[in-house]
Amino acid sequence: MKLSRMFAPLVVAGATALAVGCGGTPGGSSDNAKTQTTASAKPDVAKAGNVTLTVWDQEVRGGQAAQIKRLNGEFMAKYPNVKIKRVAKSFEDVNTTLKLAVSGPKAPDVVQANQGLGVMGQLVKAKLIRPVDDYAKIYGWADRYPSLLLDLNKFEPTGTTFGAGSLYGLSQMGEIVGVFYNKKKVTAVPKTLAEFEQQVADAKAQGDVPVQFGNLDKWPGIHEYETLLGQTADKQAVRDFVFQKSGASFDTPAFTEAATKLQGWAKSGNFTPDFNGVGYDPAWKRFSGGKGRFLIAGTWLVADLSKRMGDNVGFFLMPGADAGADPVALGGESLPFTITSKAKNPDVAAAYIDFLTDANAQKALSETDNLPAMKSDAPSATTGLLGEVATAWTTLGKADGLIPYLDYTTTTFYDDISAAIQKLLAGKTSPEDFSKSVQGSVSSAKASS
Amino acid sequence: MSARSFVTSPAAALAARRGRGDERPPGEPRRIGYLYLLPALLVFGAFVLAPLVHAFWLSLFDWDGITAGHWVGLHNYQDVLSDQALRTAFGHALILLIFYAGLPVAIGLMLAGVIARVQVRGLPLFRVVLFLPQVVAMVVVAVMWRMIYDPGNGPINTALRGVGLDGLAKSWLGDFGVALPAVGLIGTWVMYGLAMVLLTAGVQKIPPSLYDAARVDGAGAVREFLAVTLPALRGEIAVALTLTTIAALRNFDLVYITTKGGPGDATSVPAFQVYQRAFETGKVGSAAAIGIVLAALIFTITVAINRVAERGTGARR
Repeated sequence: MKLSRMFAPLVVAGATALAVGCGGTPGGSSDNAKTQTTASAKPDVAKAGNVTLTVWDQEVRGGQAAQIKRLNGEFMAKYPNVKIKRVAKSFEDVNTTLKLAVSGPKAPDVVQANQGLGVMGQLVKAKLIRPVDDYAKIYGWADRYPSLLLDLNKFEPTGTTFGAGSLYGLSQMGEIVGVFYNKKKVTAVPKTLAEFEQQVADAKAQGDVPVQFGNLDKWPGIHEYETLLGQTADKQAVRDFVFQKSGASFDTPAFTEAATKLQGWAKSGNFTPDFNGVGYDPAWKRFSGGKGRFLIAGTWLVADLSKRMGDNVGFFLMPGADAGADPVALGGESLPFTITSKAKNPDVAAAYIDFLTDANAQKALSETDNLPAMKSDAPSATTGLLGEVATAWTTLGKADGLIPYLDYTTTTFYDDISAAIQKLLAGKTSPEDFSKSVQGSVSSAKASS
Repeated sequence: MSARSFVTSPAAALAARRGRGDERPPGEPRRIGYLYLLPALLVFGAFVLAPLVHAFWLSLFDWDGITAGHWVGLHNYQDVLSDQALRTAFGHALILLIFYAGLPVAIGLMLAGVIARVQVRGLPLFRVVLFLPQVVAMVVVAVMWRMIYDPGNGPINTALRGVGLDGLAKSWLGDFGVALPAVGLIGTWVMYGLAMVLLTAGVQKIPPSLYDAARVDGAGAVREFLAVTLPALRGEIAVALTLTTIAALRNFDLVYITTKGGPGDATSVPAFQVYQRAFETGKVGSAAAIGIVLAALIFTITVAINRVAERGTGARR
């Protein structure tokens, strides 16, 4: 009796908590499936009345921040009736908070949603962002980009398959994972993979670190592996695997060959000693400090590397078996700007996205040291490291040689592949078992979703 | 019938009855007390109980965080038990217990034992210095230790190579066998200050007469520690173990920043899995289930620790 009286308030509090806590099926009440209007003619933004456009972007670093501020200013100057309310967040913050923001009552109009099943796929599935096929037709967006870059922003309406279906947004910047090299030490750019491996062996013989590499953060290993995969596997096979086309598999001889080569490189000391315990930043900083010949990394390092190394750093795409063959490289594009389903004025939002990716934007991007993702006949820059990168981008675009990041494959694939590569590099698994277990994780991830 | 029952007087019986609380104590009615508790209960209910219950509710669904979830009952809990990755993670958490709770308390006890025997000059200063790791933000600690553990030019390997022990220089956070203990030792470094402060404070409360008595009886340093210091610190040890155990089991920031669960999954822990599932792979239900299991585990272990400590004190009296 006394005991029960003592616990009475607790029971009441617990019951209240129960009532508050169990709020029906989670996510069940969201009503996002409102019917979309389809635009058929180029909207006139100037006649749209006073519009406030809330934009969530993650263009917060150096050149990225510079270009978006400049283009936002130009857009508002062109259309004085439009006010852009910019919400700038870091990449990780956008990824983790976007879903809540977009599903809430005060959803922004335009958001940068990360490609792949994790963020964009879920927004598509919940119908929180709007397909832009109609605007793509009006503005001719399809002609603006290489095909893979459009595919990366496409989704089936179910939100479970991507790389095909409706277009959901456009990206501004391109990125390539290639080979940075120290011009003081490397005098001739290798023309074949064998030549590259020879230069690596020479560097090792001379006591230098051949390839700077730090894999403590888990993801850099994906870039090393895929850079080799581009040379051993057919580019279409890689794309089909990432987009999970029927019949595509990781457990193929070409995928295993790349793993064999990578493990061989690790075993023979081609990388920084103890690379699994070295961070990504320390690795590229050592390279920029003059230690090591090569660095396999993405073009996001261009600004930092050219600032530290000046004219002593160059860039090339990893060559394949045959000299002069079309290059294949891992790459992609920045997060696409998408229109939310709750956007009050989708016409203005579309005009804004068009403005961020047109010819004028392309110029603004290269003037702020960025690599524009759009197709171009001539490189967007011609001098310095950025010039070399821009030339490589144009070559890749003409050869249609981009392969997408493997971590897009399933929602858990980033963890699966990055952990598997660490094991492969440490010699804990054979290349054959590596391919088999990675394909196994894809199958089980698809079975559970 | 024992002899005692014959001498039981009515007055003693009355006192015993009063002691059992059959009669209402003087003062305001008891129920009014709950009114005073109400504000705290409301806050507790709104910010602790309701989220906890909500998390449990979510754990019964297969939910990606946006679209409508669907009811799976206890299936997520079955997964916690059967999923190999999760079992590994919980295994790692138990190993980390040694580094987060076992070692710091052992070190703290050692220091306390020393302080009990010898007069240390400038004790407050030492206490502050040794307590510092506890004050520094975990993120800063993690970033700092990443540098310390750097296999190329981190101070540990540099020192080892400097004295010719090249064989011991390791890829501390990158080696499959060493990474978990390496992360654990960071935990030891962070937590021992807390254990030490708690235990040395406890030591200073022990009456010197007990030590004098022990010495008169001819006890040496070890005997003195076992017979006087250790039993007297039972309560403090329980508190230190409870706090460090909680820190060990919900450990996330350290792993997230130093290794991201790697290499492979060698340092994956339950709290890291919760984060991954909730924010990266869209398995909110599963994340909630792991969180609930983790909370239950922490609760069980801490209750067990305190039970043992209490039983000990009861036996002594």
